[in-house]
Amino acid sequence: MLQVLNAGCERDGRRLFENLSFTLAPGELLQVVGGNGSGKSTLIRVLLGLYTDCHGDIEWAVDKAPLYLGHRLGIKQSLTVIENLRWFGVLREEPVNEFRIDEAVYKLGLTGFEDTFCAYLSEGQRKRVALGQFLIMDNPCWVMDEPFSAIDADGLSFLMAMLQEHLDVNGGIIISTHQSITIDRPINTLALQ
Amino acid sequence: MNLFFASVQRDLLVHFRHPSEVLNPLVFFIVVISLFPLGIGPEPGQLKEIAPGIVWVAALLATLMSMDSMFRSDFEDGSLEQVVLSEQSTFTFVLAKVVSHWLLSGLPLVLLMPLAALLLFLDEAGVWALTLSLLLVSPTLSLLGGIGAALTVGLPRGGLLVTILVMPFYVPVLVFATAMVHAAEAGSDTIGYVYSLLAILFGSLCLAPIATAAALNLATDQ
Repeated sequence: MLQVLNAGCERDGRRLFENLSFTLAPGELLQVVGGNGSGKSTLIRVLLGLYTDCHGDIEWAVDKAPLYLGHRLGIKQSLTVIENLRWFGVLREEPVNEFRIDEAVYKLGLTGFEDTFCAYLSEGQRKRVALGQFLIMDNPCWVMDEPFSAIDADGLSFLMAMLQEHLDVNGGIIISTHQSITIDRPINTLALQ
Repeated sequence: MNLFFASVQRDLLVHFRHPSEVLNPLVFFIVVISLFPLGIGPEPGQLKEIAPGIVWVAALLATLMSMDSMFRSDFEDGSLEQVVLSEQSTFTFVLAKVVSHWLLSGLPLVLLMPLAALLLFLDEAGVWALTLSLLLVSPTLSLLGGIGAALTVGLPRGGLLVTILVMPFYVPVLVFATAMVHAAEAGSDTIGYVYSLLAILFGSLCLAPIATAAALNLATDQ
């Protein structure tokens, strides 16, 4: 679903990566690893076309734009959990039914917080709300930048199950994290220096 | 179209829950207007003479106050990059933002206009002309201001810069609008001014959102 050929990027005169080539096929998970400041987030933004000061060929072969969880979560503080989830659906033009939203809220452990403003949620809970976008829609490709930060142990095991489930239906995942991913599937690793 | 209505609804909801951002410029507008009779003296003839200018300048400054926040929160919380990423047109999103900005800042000013005009002893013809001119112009102000707001959204303090960027575009509108009120007070025909202001409005409606959408795409490119 994604083919990258000789991608390279420089930022503030520093070479972040050069001659990167890799592919992502359905059912594959690509983990981007590297130290702080090694360009993981930049690579992810380059792949999504959010950062264009780069070179190389990046070709997506997907029928829907990938879902993205970034450092900025895309959540409005003064909207409730449900309202924020519905907004994700509106953005992607997906007819999101209420049942799936309720189910996502339950799975994310946000039961009882449905009508709470996101300003009153903890950091980890807000991250869970942003993760909800992956549960309420059926996009083939997921792109996640540090999805595990601020998530507790319960959430972590749920997330691993979520990733596994998506790979099982032939979805593709690109993920940047320091956490080791414990799923029952081969993981492709891309290390940035 | 769904994005358009959902976005307007979302903005209205957010500002309804936190109304201070909407109320501040309106309070500013009324305070400025009500200070003039105190500063200049309550001479009806004198006040009436300068009223259109005062009201218009106050309305422009009040609009500029609210301009900086047009895209800022969406940029900072990441909603903007989600819009850019989704395959929907940024143009629609910009139109929705402009419409909700007008509903929250332009329309209340139009509604306050008769009150402001009465404070300055304008006669009936003047009040109507002033209200009509602001009704015609305030959408243009939101449209043009959007360009400035989008260009400065990535800067930590863009407030003054928005004013400097947008002011030159506001000058022709200000000239036509005050001329229209003076003409109405003098009892002459104002239809020519109405057409000019409408022409500016439709011109900005066609062109400004394109520039704003391009500026927003630039802002998220980092």
